[in-house]
Amino acid sequence: MRNLLPIYGIEARMSMQRQAQYRGAAFISVLGFLIEPIVYLIVWRTVAQQAGSINGYGVEEFTSYYIVWTLVRVFNLALAPGAWDWWVRSGRISNDLLHPIDPYHRNLAGMAGAKVVWIAVWVPVAAFLVLLFRPEFSPNLLEASTFLVAAWAGYVVRFNVLWVLGLVSFWTTRAEALVEVVVAMELLLSGRLVPMAVMPPWVQAISAWMPFKWTFEFPIELLIGQLSAAEIWRGLGMQLLWMAISGSAIVLVWKRAIRKFTAVGT
Amino acid sequence: MATVDVDNLSKTFKVPVREEGFVNSMKALFHREYRQVEAVKEVSFSLDAGEVVGFLGPNGAGKTTTLKMLSGLLFPTGGRAEVIGFQPSDRDPDFLTRVALIMGNRNSLMWDLPVADSLDVRKVMYSIPDGDYRLRRERFTELLDVADLLTKPVRNLSLGERMKVEILAALLPAPRVLFLDEPTLGLDLSMQKRIRGFVSEYAAEEGATILLTSHYMADVTALCERVIVIHQGRLLFDGDLAELSERFGGIKTITVSVTGDLPDLGPYGTLTEHTAGKGVLAVPRTDVAAVASRLLADLDVLDLSIEDPPIEDVIERTFASGDDVERESDEATTE
Repeated sequence: MRNLLPIYGIEARMSMQRQAQYRGAAFISVLGFLIEPIVYLIVWRTVAQQAGSINGYGVEEFTSYYIVWTLVRVFNLALAPGAWDWWVRSGRISNDLLHPIDPYHRNLAGMAGAKVVWIAVWVPVAAFLVLLFRPEFSPNLLEASTFLVAAWAGYVVRFNVLWVLGLVSFWTTRAEALVEVVVAMELLLSGRLVPMAVMPPWVQAISAWMPFKWTFEFPIELLIGQLSAAEIWRGLGMQLLWMAISGSAIVLVWKRAIRKFTAVGT
Repeated sequence: MATVDVDNLSKTFKVPVREEGFVNSMKALFHREYRQVEAVKEVSFSLDAGEVVGFLGPNGAGKTTTLKMLSGLLFPTGGRAEVIGFQPSDRDPDFLTRVALIMGNRNSLMWDLPVADSLDVRKVMYSIPDGDYRLRRERFTELLDVADLLTKPVRNLSLGERMKVEILAALLPAPRVLFLDEPTLGLDLSMQKRIRGFVSEYAAEEGATILLTSHYMADVTALCERVIVIHQGRLLFDGDLAELSERFGGIKTITVSVTGDLPDLGPYGTLTEHTAGKGVLAVPRTDVAAVASRLLADLDVLDLSIEDPPIEDVIERTFASGDDVERESDEATTE
């Protein structure tokens, strides 16, 4: 088995270089990602101010939740399935398939490298949000370290799920419809739109067995101190489980996708 | 053992039939029709180690599809291919390390970063030892004259410059088999010449097997002794260039200069060009000696030369003969 560490190292470094070259674009992209949680934050703070605490979430909790959301969002950003559509249509995928390294590894590493620059851009924005909304949570070193593990694991799970979705492009050059459905499911079942505690119990039950929650809500709640030790272990276990499931799905679908590849538009 | 061995290789694409108009679009919502397009039909050939072979055919003949099957990009729907002992469709990493496909007008380098960064990525991806990497990079950089391009972002390079660094990057792992698909497409003459020179030198020094497609016959005549001609997915010819002229040329050209005005040359052959005192005749190959003797005997000849027709004309005739074959086979199947 080939040692992939040097590949991960150089791809991450190149991606950082690319992002650093377009600092302005990186800054605007991060700002773009942050508009969504800021809207949720303002709406739910207003709701909590008027209605009081909702299933354990009051003004303070919502504030902390959505500010950490911004960091988790930067971590779990993964390759949009639409990129595949373009890769297949433009023929870029042909170039990638000619190399002896699976494009999965190159892209997983590349996106990871880009995050280092995005996080650097995120810091001043987060500082501004903290000064503005004054969230109250103070994780200890162990919680912060566990958060980092959970955030990277969440990235891998989300990357894998979107990668499998992207592979649909090998069967059709119009995979957007399916992607829309999954994005809507993620919005509702991940804690992206609203903490799952605010959702009805049956929605919470479904979300616990889907991958989405483990890429969004789990790392957020871990850092803001909403989880017990048992819940943290369970969450890390679920992330591992979904890494294994999504990883196996990639191996299975990839073999068929490659056979299906007909070099559309190349 | 042949380096590239292709036996009855076929590729059929299933493509949807889309008729124009609103009604037909609505019909397609419920019932979609497909047709089979045979891009490559039972093609067989083999290449020995170190051979440089031209792969010719008009647009849509199946050249690129064949190259993509041989480099592991496309799965064949029939037949068998073996390249340096591997089945390309298995996409074995060892196979992908030792085979390269370079497509003209295609960028595989990192668009926003300097060329040197892309080369460094290749080094890691192909596990090229430090010493080999340094040596090859220096040598290829010199041969292609691209030293000043290595620090420029790829997006700032011209088409010709990009092609040169594409070739440099593709050859860094020292592939044993090289598939070149229109490597000089859109380049000016000097750039074409430099790339031809480099490919020729690489083939000679590394003993690499090269299969080259190009619409520029200068590429083929400069690099290849042998050509394979494919038309509408079928193999039409496999042999050396001289034999191609022999078989499909059919004619030779006689250029004759005379003192005074040019007389009527109609009785000697087909006059294709003429100026005062000089004419070019197309003459059937078998009649050349007799016609030349008659010209020398009948006219006051200043100069006479006999040549093969330009290779472009031969290729055109070859493709035309392919159309005839296809028509005959269609008629045979519809009777």
